[in-house]
Amino acid sequence: MRLFGLNMVLALVWAMAGGVITLGTLAFGFVVGMAVLHFVGPVLGDERYALRFVLAIGLLFFFLKELVLSSVRVAIDVIKPSLTMRPAVVSVPLALTSDAQITLLANLISLTPGTLSVDVSDDKSCLYVHAMYGEDAEALRRGIKADFEHRIAEVFR
Amino acid sequence: MLEGVIEIVAGVLILAGAFFVLVSALGLLRLPDLFMRMHAATKAGTLGAGLVLFAAALFFGELAVSIKAAVVFLFLLLTAPVAAHVLGRAAYYAGVTLWDRTMLDELRGKYDESTDEHDGPGAGSPAPSDR
Repeated sequence: MRLFGLNMVLALVWAMAGGVITLGTLAFGFVVGMAVLHFVGPVLGDERYALRFVLAIGLLFFFLKELVLSSVRVAIDVIKPSLTMRPAVVSVPLALTSDAQITLLANLISLTPGTLSVDVSDDKSCLYVHAMYGEDAEALRRGIKADFEHRIAEVFR
Repeated sequence: MLEGVIEIVAGVLILAGAFFVLVSALGLLRLPDLFMRMHAATKAGTLGAGLVLFAAALFFGELAVSIKAAVVFLFLLLTAPVAAHVLGRAAYYAGVTLWDRTMLDELRGKYDESTDEHDGPGAGSPAPSDR
């Protein structure tokens, strides 16, 4: 997060040095700044900054894809004449430990149509999710862990 | 030429967004229990409003409008899941009944009202899987 602020400053410096401050020069400066931070990262105490940033962007696009796919699925089921889904409340064991990461996971799950995080157990070992399609609890658990939790863990590692 | 294309794309995006908002209203009426209605109501907001905002940014093609649209979408992403979570959690512990075709409830019996404690997996009574 500290390096991200520094990256913003570097982008601004790049744009000011060029004399033109537009979205284009700022974006290019940001990329140049990220390359610089990639090399000086180990000195500043974060050698994974650039990678982390790329992974975060990947997580964002993965989430947008999931958002569209599951919105369409829920929309189809809402319009269909008969309600065929079998909802369930499923417990998902958590590998994440920090509050911030669990919050992010819970929010991404809630934002994806078809799943809603209801609660976290007190020892933070388990997230309870209400799913619209709960036919296969095991597959649902696996999906959440492999898709979202794994990606979040990679970003924060 | 390009203006025409942008107009058509923006129009399609707005229609798609409006469609998802309509579906969420429909879902609110049709779906059988509170949790499933939350699925319909809170999420269409994200995608439906997101599509409409994206269309607006595309149509006007100005930086100021795009930034505003992006910020509005960001705030939606930040607030919608929190509201959904709080409502869902409150409803569950207030004893809202789940739809009778709900397959599995692994949270049942994990909450102790007198001590306000939640047990992790393993504790509590097993979920009724074939009601």
